[in-house]
Amino acid sequence: MIHHLFLPVLGNEILSRLEDQASCSLRPHAEATLAFTTDSFVVRPIFFPGGDIGKLAVYGTVNDLAMGGATPLFLSAAFILEEGLPIDDLRRVVVSMREACDAAAVTLVTGDTKVVDRGKGDQIFITTSGVGFVPAGRSLSAASCRAGDRIILSGTIGDHGIAIMSVRENLEFETTLESDTAALADLTRVMLEVCPGIRCMRDPTRGGVSSALHEIAAASHVGMSLSETAIPVRAEVSGACEILGLDPLYVANEGKLIAIVPRDEADRVIEVMRAHPLGARAAVVGEVVDEHRGMVVMRSRVGGERVVTMLAGEQLPRIC
Amino acid sequence: MKFLDEYRDEAAARKLVRAIEDVATRSWTIMEVCGGQTHTIVKYGIDELLPQGIELVHGPGCPVCVTALETIDRAHAIASRSDVIFCSFGDMLRVPGSAGDLLQLKSHGSDVRVVYSPLDAVAIAAAHPGKQVAFFAIGFETTAPPNAMAVWMAARRGLTNFSVLVSHVLVPPAMTAILEAPDNRVQAFLGPGHVCTVVGYEEYEPLASKYRVPIVITGFEPVDMLEGLLLAIRQLEERRAEVENAYGRAVRREGNPASRALIDEVFEVCDRKWRGVGNIPRSGLRLTPAYATFDAEQRFAVSAIETQGLQRGRPSPISSGPARSRLHSTIASCSATAAVVACRLI
Repeated sequence: MIHHLFLPVLGNEILSRLEDQASCSLRPHAEATLAFTTDSFVVRPIFFPGGDIGKLAVYGTVNDLAMGGATPLFLSAAFILEEGLPIDDLRRVVVSMREACDAAAVTLVTGDTKVVDRGKGDQIFITTSGVGFVPAGRSLSAASCRAGDRIILSGTIGDHGIAIMSVRENLEFETTLESDTAALADLTRVMLEVCPGIRCMRDPTRGGVSSALHEIAAASHVGMSLSETAIPVRAEVSGACEILGLDPLYVANEGKLIAIVPRDEADRVIEVMRAHPLGARAAVVGEVVDEHRGMVVMRSRVGGERVVTMLAGEQLPRIC
Repeated sequence: MKFLDEYRDEAAARKLVRAIEDVATRSWTIMEVCGGQTHTIVKYGIDELLPQGIELVHGPGCPVCVTALETIDRAHAIASRSDVIFCSFGDMLRVPGSAGDLLQLKSHGSDVRVVYSPLDAVAIAAAHPGKQVAFFAIGFETTAPPNAMAVWMAARRGLTNFSVLVSHVLVPPAMTAILEAPDNRVQAFLGPGHVCTVVGYEEYEPLASKYRVPIVITGFEPVDMLEGLLLAIRQLEERRAEVENAYGRAVRREGNPASRALIDEVFEVCDRKWRGVGNIPRSGLRLTPAYATFDAEQRFAVSAIETQGLQRGRPSPISSGPARSRLHSTIASCSATAAVVACRLI
């Protein structure tokens, strides 16, 4: 849809880069670059283990800014409310957004509310937009990765998607699996302090790690080579994926990031990440290669290789 | 999921690969019957681990891919009705019919729902008495018991708004069709582990002896697959042709008697058209007369929908050459496009 409908009509030099945020030069008015992004949030159920739609709406937009190396500053929020939504539920969401803004050190400065008839929405939809600034001289881009760079994951994958699905499908585990929803701007700040030359960062939300790596591989004309055993996955998540017929590489995350880092700086980046509460299980999971450009290839745990294909639309449970 | 780790262990896999290298003295062509096994080969790169000359060809055992085009068109005709909630296993939603797939239908407003269990569709029918609920009952012998159970439960609960569009297929007739093909190159089979969990493997014994072909009932994890291959190659090298069970933790010779009894009560054997293959006699299941009122084809009068031109009438030769690139491009995520693979392989 993006390539066939939106870009041909609305495309311009900035939009067509398709980064998670737009980096808009403010020259000659100011030296810093403005980072600008927007995202809409629809999730069912609106309250889930580890988070809710309000928290998601704040952190999702904050993270899109952070992935561009920006310091997030201000947010807007627009609410579409379905008639009949209990006011107590709305209050819970709004309080949660306030807490999330405080945790992420951003200020919600403008907003809008619309109410639609019952049946014309699904309880609550939230759109947030955010601005931040990128210090002069910093430029992260999915198009800047080179062979030899290391692929770093900040922690276990699939936690958010499986937490949501386990509520929807009534799956119970011995421990409650929680969404990883979190603001990543503080983690990216410490990473960029030790390694200003990080090539690019992505938060692998919808479409999971696979989609994010495909986008980077395509933008940089490089291949991505992963090692299955290096990728951190919680036992509950891999168990749920077995039951549900899903692959954790395609499952959504809301508090994880992928960073592509020059080879010689990977150890230093991993070290500061592991010292940060949101990066305790950070790991190098693969490297950027010259071969199989545009493709993601993974060495399996038994030693063979496979192509990790790009997901077309939603991941569907397999019976075959 | 601790119990799975030992079947994905690299050291165990390496050991089996070495054993295969020791046993194999020449080239052999082996077919894994199940789509799930093909998925494991691709996911773990099993074919890359094998010695040169051991060729894996990918079998017809993906029920999603072999569901006939006209059956999918019938599903679309039912799902398009405004009075219908159409329920299906997830991976059927992307399989193309003559005019798009079920996902597109859903995006155009049809009520198409993914269920994990056919019993969920029965529950939806009970909860929506004003709607017709149709379930797309596809699959091999593996999904036959739960699909039969859904019909049996609906009958017991007296639900008049539940029906099933049945497109069940059976493995042994498909294997027979492959073995009867004049240009067949398959020398041994990795048999369908989950199918045999339900129906056992007695039925495979006459096939092994009649066609002098080893059949090793095999599981779905990488170590299972390599063990199945080792046993099959050992049989070939020793000129034996037997049914061996390499999936003992799940399969008994007689299968699961309760499941078989339920299948026999609700379904009966019929001829069935396979996508990309054509008609195979006595290769499908349909509802028995006692349960015919649950037949969605009858209820929605869609039996007349036939599809011209796109079916292949005759089994085509198994394609040769390295299968890997084709596999990567087509099967990796299975679903719709893999129908092409089934076309090529039988």
